[in-house]
Amino acid sequence: MSQKSELVTLTAEQMSAKLRSGEISARELTQAELDVIGAAEPSIQAFLARSSEEALAQADAVDKRRAKGEELPDLAGVPVAVKDMIVTKGIETTAASKILKGWIPPYDATVVARMKRVGMPILGKTNLDEFAQGSSTENSAFHPTFNPWDTTRVPGGSGGGSASAVASFESPLALGTDTGGSIRQPAAFTGTVGVKPTYGHVSRYGAIAMASSLDQVGPCARTVTDAAMLYDVIAGYDDHDSTSLPGKLPSMAAAAVKGARRDLKGLRIGIVKEATGDGFEPEVNASFNEGVELLEGMGAEVKEMSFPNFLHGIRVYYVIMPAEVSSNLARYDGMRYGLRVMPPAGVPQTAANMMACTREAGFGPEVKRRIILGTYALSAGKYDEWYGKAQRVRTVMIQDFAKAFRDIDVLVCPTAPTSAFKLGEIQDPATMYRNDIATIPANLAGLPALSIPSGLDGSGMPTGFQIMAAQRHDDTAFTVASALESAFTEKWGAPIWTKMKTPWLDSMPEE
Amino acid sequence: MTEKLMKFSEAIKRFDPVFGLEVHVELNTNTKLFCPAHYEFGGEPNTELTPVSLGLPGSLPVINRQAVIDGVRLGLALHCHVNEWSQFARKNYFYPDMPRDYQISQADKPTNGEGYLDVELEDGSTFRVPIERAHIEDDAGKNTHIGGADGRIEGADYSLVDYNRAGVPLVEIVTKPVTGAGEKVAEIAGAYVREIRDIARALNVSNGKLEQGNMRADVNVSLRESPDAPLGTRSETKNVNSFRGIEKTIVYEIRRQAAILADGGQVLQETRHWDEAMQTTAGGRLKSDANDYRYFPDPDLAMVHITPEQVEELRATLPEMPLHRKHRLQKEWGLSDFEMRDVINAGALDLIDQTVQAGATASGARKWWLGEIMRESNAREVSLEELPITPQDVAEVEKMIVGGKLNNKLAKQTVEAVLKGEGRPGDIVEKHGWKVMNDDSAIEKAVDDALAVNSDVAAELKAGNMKPIGVIIGAVMRATHGQADAKVVSGLIIKKTRV
Repeated sequence: MSQKSELVTLTAEQMSAKLRSGEISARELTQAELDVIGAAEPSIQAFLARSSEEALAQADAVDKRRAKGEELPDLAGVPVAVKDMIVTKGIETTAASKILKGWIPPYDATVVARMKRVGMPILGKTNLDEFAQGSSTENSAFHPTFNPWDTTRVPGGSGGGSASAVASFESPLALGTDTGGSIRQPAAFTGTVGVKPTYGHVSRYGAIAMASSLDQVGPCARTVTDAAMLYDVIAGYDDHDSTSLPGKLPSMAAAAVKGARRDLKGLRIGIVKEATGDGFEPEVNASFNEGVELLEGMGAEVKEMSFPNFLHGIRVYYVIMPAEVSSNLARYDGMRYGLRVMPPAGVPQTAANMMACTREAGFGPEVKRRIILGTYALSAGKYDEWYGKAQRVRTVMIQDFAKAFRDIDVLVCPTAPTSAFKLGEIQDPATMYRNDIATIPANLAGLPALSIPSGLDGSGMPTGFQIMAAQRHDDTAFTVASALESAFTEKWGAPIWTKMKTPWLDSMPEE
Repeated sequence: MTEKLMKFSEAIKRFDPVFGLEVHVELNTNTKLFCPAHYEFGGEPNTELTPVSLGLPGSLPVINRQAVIDGVRLGLALHCHVNEWSQFARKNYFYPDMPRDYQISQADKPTNGEGYLDVELEDGSTFRVPIERAHIEDDAGKNTHIGGADGRIEGADYSLVDYNRAGVPLVEIVTKPVTGAGEKVAEIAGAYVREIRDIARALNVSNGKLEQGNMRADVNVSLRESPDAPLGTRSETKNVNSFRGIEKTIVYEIRRQAAILADGGQVLQETRHWDEAMQTTAGGRLKSDANDYRYFPDPDLAMVHITPEQVEELRATLPEMPLHRKHRLQKEWGLSDFEMRDVINAGALDLIDQTVQAGATASGARKWWLGEIMRESNAREVSLEELPITPQDVAEVEKMIVGGKLNNKLAKQTVEAVLKGEGRPGDIVEKHGWKVMNDDSAIEKAVDDALAVNSDVAAELKAGNMKPIGVIIGAVMRATHGQADAKVVSGLIIKKTRV
């Protein structure tokens, strides 16, 4: 491995230390990541747009401030990639949809503004399923993204771009959005860490809405501490988002550091009975059980708990989510920005016909499917039967969780029923939807949930271990995750990514 | 197409009219309902925008606190029940002037629930209009259709969209079906909307200018055989933006529907529009083709919580209601109903009230505002408020009259000078050196001179024919440059000509 490769395989925490000591500059680090992106993209395709010039300018600004002796935040100069579902001022933002192709936002999302304030160079925009709708990133209107562990396989979705970028060392950190598992399931598929914060902990202002009551922005990283550091940058009250929760948040990085001491005595853990066993691959279950044993070994009390409504989550989700999608995606009508397709000759050139032609041409089949489902669920005479009933079940699930968290501190289960599947392998939408069966409940209940790697299955693909905590107890999830990560790493002898073949790094030229 | 109409008097004899109004009142908050974009009528198109008001991807609404406060105060003035918990909901429909392609309104949980408004009719009676709800919502932008015959979309070559108005807060006040109005149906509707306008202005929650789109109404009308019969099929005439238009719409719809029903036909449930040029309503789309708005609670916004304590705090901020104030002032000023009506129609109520508060008598204040100043406002074609004279000015003139510093003639000259923009009354009087002459010997001399010059008139007066006394008074006033007190002058003349 070259020097450059060594630099990019550091954790964000280690990069931060080297930047602060002056051992490396932000420009060197940013350039190294840009070089990896150049070398890896032909085989990974994690990015939709690169913002190399902006990233280097941001890095130079950090170096200049550091040279002046300014005290800078921990992640100053540490690069980051941004899911293309989040708006970036001056950088094309498409949600991986033809309908937004070419749109240059005039404003920054709150999370992006916060990262810029800290001095994190933004490397580019990562690929996703169109409007974050999918579980494999195959629904991107532009191109698929490949799993760095096996490029014949998907990286999961919708945030396959951010997960693959982090897994392949194109970026130490990335932002994702998670509506039903879009951060956590790709993390599981790519052997990385993905965090969905408590609903309301991270501002949604500037995150393109998919399903507003479920969407949450969160960090993607290779380690729990790295994810926690990015979490600390982006989280906190924002008066631009009415669903943002007021109050100061504890440091998640500190919670992760605490977890690394691996003392879980007194911690009460519940296993979601319904999300193990049947419907989950044996090897997924096996690695999950190893994780549970490690947690017990650190002093945690573990018990199995039944959530009869847990698996109803997917049914509730596929009513509420499309309903909100149908409304949130109405604005893409060709009037103000993005694609405009005029009606063909002979058809009246009216605004309504233009809107119809634009939406017909601009949206992919999965997006159209969900708009139609959601329009139906909200329509007159159907509302109570569908949207109304789904909201009532959602309320019951929230109550189930609230009750459970009186007796336990965290809930655990596998992140996804399988490891990464092959591109093109799943054609049936309903089968695809089942990928999110274990991740959806946390979105419906607004709970913090994260996924960490739990090992490799027989085909050498990573599996994920999900930890959920009570609302606003994200720090507890970080502490447990950090402890388990440490125990797993000790067991494996090295971080999981050392098992991954990285030909793009090996072939990188040194200047 | 001319539609068959029945005479209004006949229609009212044969059918019982029922109407309903949805009055939109634009709030005069400085900023929009869900973002801090500034809004003012007449701004350069598409300049008063933020990512939120343009509905850009990723943007989120945040409720304008002042708009909710204004909405609650308006609701309280309409005797509405203020709901402790209210909720904004999305009303989904595609239209070019709607940046998100959904309006943020309120559905089953409006901020203001049931209420009522008593309106006063010409004959002095009162009619209670029942109110269903008064909810808060944001306005759409404005489409301008170019190339069509009358600015409507039909036949237009192209259309322009201005999103400045998009997001401006509205309160939509919805009546229950108003029954029992009979032949006074149009008068009641007009009086109701005028009363809302007066209340909104008194509360200072809206500018209340219909011509600037601050208020507009959707007018629902239906007919039934008798007051015991179930409600008939209604038509809905959208966006009527003048008081007269609202009244005429109701009359026209009653005449049109009566003709249809009398012929054994059926009234279509449809939306129509008021055509000011044609003085008719014209058909729009059938209600059966109407949008299914797919209302659902807006997940971007938390529920609005207004505690009973907050409601009482806001209730305490309500000013005296316009109708109550009108009655009080009429009594205080000792005016007849007709005199009061003239004051109201002249738009002089506030000005006279302020003039009285500044120290003038009610009769004095009324005389100036409805006389001299009103003539000037008519001549210049501007409102009384726009003239360069204030209630304080008028009160000052009145006080100078009462104090004997000015006589009526000088006072009139002073008011004229103020209206010409010469300045404040005190300065004007001083500048011109106007004062009532108190030097009796000088006036006496002027009287003597006038009698001497006009010896024939003097002879008549002495003979007991007082008719030509004006000739002598006029001569004296001229000689004294109007500064003599006419009463003093006439007293002197009588004294000197009495044998």
